Amino acid sequence: MKSYHADERGYYGEFGGAFIPEMLYPNCEELRQNYLNIMEEPSFKDEFHQLLKDYVGRPTPLYFAKRLSEKYNTKIYLKREDLCHTGAHKVNNTIGQILMAKKLGKNRIIAETGAGQHGVATATVCALMGIQCVVYMGEIDIARQAPNVARMKMLGAEVRPATSGSKTLKDATNEAIRDWINNPVDTHYIIGSVVGPHPYPDMVARFQSVISEEIKNQLQEKEGRKNPDFVVACVGGGSNAAGAYYHYLDTPEVGIIAVEAAGKGIDSGESAATSALGKIGIIHGSKTLLMQTQDGQITEPYSISAGLDYPGVGPMHAHLFASGRGEFISITDDDAMKAGLELCKLEGIIPAIESSHALAIFEDRKFNPDDVVVVNLSGRGDKDLQNYIDYFKL
Amino acid sequence: MNRIKQKLQEDSPSAGRAGKILSIYFSAGYPNLDDTVKIIQDLEKSGVDLIEIGLPFSDPLADGPTIQESSTAALKNGMNTALLFEQLKDIRKTVSIPLILMGYFNPVLQYGVEAFCAKCEEIGIDGLILPDLPLDVYQEEYEPIFKKHGLINIFLITPQTSDERIKAIDDASEGFIYMVSSASTTGAKQGFGAEQLDYFDRIANMKLSNPQIVGFGISNAETFEQATKKAKGAIIGSAFIKHLTANGVAGIGDFVKQIR
Repeated sequence: MKSYHADERGYYGEFGGAFIPEMLYPNCEELRQNYLNIMEEPSFKDEFHQLLKDYVGRPTPLYFAKRLSEKYNTKIYLKREDLCHTGAHKVNNTIGQILMAKKLGKNRIIAETGAGQHGVATATVCALMGIQCVVYMGEIDIARQAPNVARMKMLGAEVRPATSGSKTLKDATNEAIRDWINNPVDTHYIIGSVVGPHPYPDMVARFQSVISEEIKNQLQEKEGRKNPDFVVACVGGGSNAAGAYYHYLDTPEVGIIAVEAAGKGIDSGESAATSALGKIGIIHGSKTLLMQTQDGQITEPYSISAGLDYPGVGPMHAHLFASGRGEFISITDDDAMKAGLELCKLEGIIPAIESSHALAIFEDRKFNPDDVVVVNLSGRGDKDLQNYIDYFKL
Repeated sequence: MNRIKQKLQEDSPSAGRAGKILSIYFSAGYPNLDDTVKIIQDLEKSGVDLIEIGLPFSDPLADGPTIQESSTAALKNGMNTALLFEQLKDIRKTVSIPLILMGYFNPVLQYGVEAFCAKCEEIGIDGLILPDLPLDVYQEEYEPIFKKHGLINIFLITPQTSDERIKAIDDASEGFIYMVSSASTTGAKQGFGAEQLDYFDRIANMKLSNPQIVGFGISNAETFEQATKKAKGAIIGSAFIKHLTANGVAGIGDFVKQIR
């Protein structure tokens, strides 16, 4: 049977692989040779699951959104990743990777961050384990995400500004990779999404797969079936989506819906809808769909949601798109903001703007009344309060 | 015969210190868009043995600040792959030393690997250095295309590369092996410590079939001499770009003279 998981060399169809300079080869190779074995070790599994339970607060609820369902005349469940410690699904991955780093004998952690959610999640687990932490963040993002910068500092991390290129997420990622080139032996790089060279996309997807594992069990309890008709998630790099889809990838009766940020509109020149605007190319060591010029220079995406403005998508998602397995929908800033506010009013939940994109599909994408649609509510909106205030003039 | 191989087989290269190769890297389109040909001509006149023409990229992962900045400036100036080929179309009328294009893989992929290699052959480019095109992918997908167009693909090794992999790279190589001097991005370190010198010895003792040319961290006569004590040659990039930033295209000969 055709599989939508990574093969042994980290390819999803024609996407993925490890397009890295030789300087990174030993680091990636060490990880590649060990990650599956380490993840299978009972001591690793025990510690990972114990921390997810006692520290992160898992399992997160699968909540039947009654009023939202009534409004759109279908059965909508929200997977409440917004209730995770630190406010988003990101911590599932950082817990996994910090334990991985310890097993590999690393004593220094680096990470990149855009809006700061992954940076906070990394700084958190480094504090938990008493490991030195350096987070790279674009100079522009540092200026516009001051609360998360403060959080990281309170947690003991050093926040280093990325001053090259466009001074945002992709440049922070470049700087983190350069740091890893300069510190190849003692440092582990905790990538925040299902991007980067093999084995990162697969490893991060596995750590996030706890999301769909729980959905299966919870849906069994609530609906008497493990499989929803659709699972919906927003996609920037795509880690929350990878986690929500993971156990359903090879179950064709479950529809996969990926929601990208259209920004000000796909044709506006200010968008992050990679599936619509990207071509196959190489970014951060992975062959994937990528927004770029005709000359192959990587372009700067735009979305009101800092977590979605990445110029590529993870190779898993590129393959879901190219193969037709996934249905890709893009949502504008305006529609996302409206859907975010609607969830506040109907369900009393303030979502992250990233997650609001996933919620916004119901306006145009219609489902049958008895369809079970699970939306991954990847994060909470506290971090976005200023954006909501400015947008709605609250 | 490919000019790179020929150069490396010559007993006494054009100038200076007993058979040691000096290779210079610069970013095409920097400091000014149209400086490319003048820089190449002046480097040849100054007695340089190899030239690496940098194809600018928006996200140069393996480069330090100096080359990032020259790359960004070159793109701002309007440099792109098609324009570089246009600038170089008559280069073989005036220049005979080996020319290598160095860049990241994505712009080559977008141009089309086959079309890119064909264009290189037409112009008289002798080799490519694409640090993020890994050995296995090159061998599985692209080697026949490179060979068909007479292009040598240069591979990198670093102090962390295992002996086993170095041997595999040596087997896959022609021309020379690009020996990265230390765990760093370009232009990062000043001078060589005991660790680097040990690494230089270790590689020399492996008696590889391809000569090694050392890059990263070479900026002056002293580091050039240290790097080439065991290796066949050395590459200067960031230091030359700093020179261009300060002086423009004037005085390229003086820069080269102070190296050897």
